[in-house]
Amino acid sequence: MALTDSELKNLKEKAAQLRKDIIDVTFWAGGAHIGGALSMVEIITILYYKYMKIDPENPDWEERDRFVLSKGHAGVGLAPMLANVGFFDKEILKTFNKFNSPFGMHLDSLKVRGLDASTGSLGHGLSMALGMALAARVKNLNYKTYCLLGDGELNEGSNWEAMMAASHYKTTNLIPIVDYNKHMIDGRVEEVMSLEPLDKKWEAFGFEVLKVDGHNFIELDKALEKAVSAVEKPVVIIANTIKGKGVDFMEDETKWHYGSIDSIAWEKAKASVKVDL
Amino acid sequence: MKYDILNYADTRSGFGAGLLEAGKRNDNIVALCADLTGSLKMNAFASEFPERFFQTGISEANMIGMAAGLTIGGKIPFTGTFANFSTARVYDQVRQVVAYSQKNVKICASHAGISLGEDGATHQTLEDIALMKALPGMTVINTCDFNQTKQATIAIADYEGPVYLRFGRPKVPNFIPEDMPFEIGKAIVLEEGTDVTVIATGHLVWEALLAFDELAKEGISAEIINIHTIKPLDEEAIFKSLEKTKCVVTAEEHNILGGLGESVAGVLARNKPYPMEMVAVKDTFGQSGKPDELMEYYGLKSKNIVESVKKVLKRK
Repeated sequence: MALTDSELKNLKEKAAQLRKDIIDVTFWAGGAHIGGALSMVEIITILYYKYMKIDPENPDWEERDRFVLSKGHAGVGLAPMLANVGFFDKEILKTFNKFNSPFGMHLDSLKVRGLDASTGSLGHGLSMALGMALAARVKNLNYKTYCLLGDGELNEGSNWEAMMAASHYKTTNLIPIVDYNKHMIDGRVEEVMSLEPLDKKWEAFGFEVLKVDGHNFIELDKALEKAVSAVEKPVVIIANTIKGKGVDFMEDETKWHYGSIDSIAWEKAKASVKVDL
Repeated sequence: MKYDILNYADTRSGFGAGLLEAGKRNDNIVALCADLTGSLKMNAFASEFPERFFQTGISEANMIGMAAGLTIGGKIPFTGTFANFSTARVYDQVRQVVAYSQKNVKICASHAGISLGEDGATHQTLEDIALMKALPGMTVINTCDFNQTKQATIAIADYEGPVYLRFGRPKVPNFIPEDMPFEIGKAIVLEEGTDVTVIATGHLVWEALLAFDELAKEGISAEIINIHTIKPLDEEAIFKSLEKTKCVVTAEEHNILGGLGESVAGVLARNKPYPMEMVAVKDTFGQSGKPDELMEYYGLKSKNIVESVKKVLKRK
């Protein structure tokens, strides 16, 4: 079902709220991986508010859909998302990165309610997500496993092992999404280690590739609708995004991969967040 | 000694037999293998339970991640590849997605040590115990023969938590009686003695028993302890024996750095030191050759245990 106008409006509002939350948590934490958290906002917003079957009252519900944030450094984006859908109180995120907090920079599934996998070291998520997808098959459960990958992360060879295996096992219940924001720590992805033609590479590994504007809910929705109903071969969604999206002075800037903000930048960043991008 | 050679068998076949048995007992067991199904003796499980077996191809990093993901809903994944590729090659995966995440994954590793023979140093891991015991929450087991490996495989299936199970390639004496109890973390006193304690693991356990006979001929009474579980270490058994014998020799097919010997030395140093000698590979890589000639060359035979016993007795 295509998004209705009111659904679209609601998603946009949720996304704007999440951006403000990410800015808050980055400020409270004294620094975080804000650029790549902002680039994935629409992707995780539509997943958590429209596509994923979850029950915040029952986080261990066996039939829930799974989400693996393979680009684990973007935990500063996922943590407020989990709070917003009701897994815990957002106030607790004031402890983010602090000693004894359940919320470290890279989220720990043993400590964070609603989190399906501990990630942080890159190139692990897709393999784990594939295992989760195969577990659904073995256990005859219908859940989907979504895995959000970074673009720089795709330098890691283990991803390509997982892709090869996913198409071998035809795990159409596994839906990888690439947050293609074109930046990594040392610079632009194409300069550090070129990925192009990224779509052809996924295709060669047996995936159907859908390319979308990762900040456009209508495009994301169409792609996800196709991905969740795939039967022949798994679908990957390559979401073209902008690192730092939604905060004017952070957009498309490598240096905001990780950053800290003072109270002036905090106010300025929040003021620049708009519902209609 | 009171043990007979029941037959000659490889410990990896003990694993294969144990995996099949565990798989029959528990539907939740799944297995993954990185293109070494025959070498790991996992064929029987794979053909008995094709829907619970996942061939991953030569992609060990992906295999470990898949195994962690497969733990959903109480599944118990057993991964199989050589010891080298179960540890060093995938250490980051094992560290983060298995150990740190406390996943109930059983990392089963064959062809450990120099006794794999002709494949040579590239495949002969002598560092794997060091790597794996350094991971918080990881249980590390090194079995000595077919029967013990089979028992251990069944035991780890019933244990909740990550396990590294280390075994080998060559056919070696199978001497542990089938009815001898196997308990994770519990040492087995194979022979009682009063002059010296010999603590051995893996393929060196049989050598320790041969040393027991040699020493007996010379009037030396050795207590032979098999420590199959290197972590958690059975400290109580070690001290119980040492209170009697007052000196100890450890024996293992691993680098002298980071193995069973260092674990024992650490426990002694932190509590009550006793004279100690270690039979192990002396911080070097292996090479190609027949298992037996390599064990001889690197000083891992019963005669090396005998020499070390004599040395440690002088230090008492």
